[in-house]
Amino acid sequence: MEITLRDFVTMLHGMLFGGFFLMALVGAFVLLLDWSDSKRCEEHSMRLPPVPTWQKVYFVAMAGCGWAAVLSGAYVIYPWYRAIAPHGADLTLYPKALLLSNPNTAGWHALGMEWKEYVAWIAPMAATMVAFVMTKHRGAWNASCRVRNSVMAFAAAAFLAAGIAGGLGAMIDKAAPVQGGKAVQLMRAGR
Amino acid sequence: MSEQNPSTATHPDGPVAAALLACGVGCLVLGTLSLASDGSKRIASLLNIYNPTGPLSGVTTIAIAAWLLAWAVLARQWRAKQVAFGKVSFVAFVLLALGLLLTFPPLDDFLLGH
Repeated sequence: MEITLRDFVTMLHGMLFGGFFLMALVGAFVLLLDWSDSKRCEEHSMRLPPVPTWQKVYFVAMAGCGWAAVLSGAYVIYPWYRAIAPHGADLTLYPKALLLSNPNTAGWHALGMEWKEYVAWIAPMAATMVAFVMTKHRGAWNASCRVRNSVMAFAAAAFLAAGIAGGLGAMIDKAAPVQGGKAVQLMRAGR
Repeated sequence: MSEQNPSTATHPDGPVAAALLACGVGCLVLGTLSLASDGSKRIASLLNIYNPTGPLSGVTTIAIAAWLLAWAVLARQWRAKQVAFGKVSFVAFVLLALGLLLTFPPLDDFLLGH
């Protein structure tokens, strides 16, 4: 079982960082909904219980996955994607050129990648804000319904942005996968 | 929707408002610069601070810098303060929505007359 280095890094970017980030956002949203119960917040705002360590770790890891996804995407995979193909080169190693070479796939770059490359960055910014509020300012969260609604709306926006970027990334990688580089052996066959 | 209780005095919403508004500022800067780099080759080349990534490197670096700077300034201003949270969050949402919309290529093309 072997894949190329670029395939492997793309897998880490999309399935590990991006996939975990999306799942963590859903989990965070469920937690936020649970903690937004007014009665419970009123009790907690009177006598604020400490934020459990696992919740701090969860929110920091969530934001960390988001940043890892956008940074690995922009600075490792995107340069491979947008590299200029030399004349007569095999376009399967140049995904942007491959997509633009066919009018039926050009939209995956013109709309898909052009949107994804920017919208993705909104997600970790919003997720970092959510993590900051939930780990450092739980008192303000408990004390005000407006704070709770606003933070949840930003968490939803983070999910929307990450969903757009992740969905488009998956579709673009199906149309023109980022591949090449040395082979990485994941597992050897028994015989 | 408005709900205040005695604990707002001990748990000021200023730091949360600062984080929220700074996030909106970062999103708007991101959207505006993505539009600008699409619309002008000169701006795109100025934003190309890391050639393998192209103008995306400058757009996102400046957006993150604007976000963090706005956060630091607002957090300092609103530390331990109660602010008009409804107004601040409304402005933050408008900035976030504009930022989201400005990253959408068909809207950029429309605004740039392409």
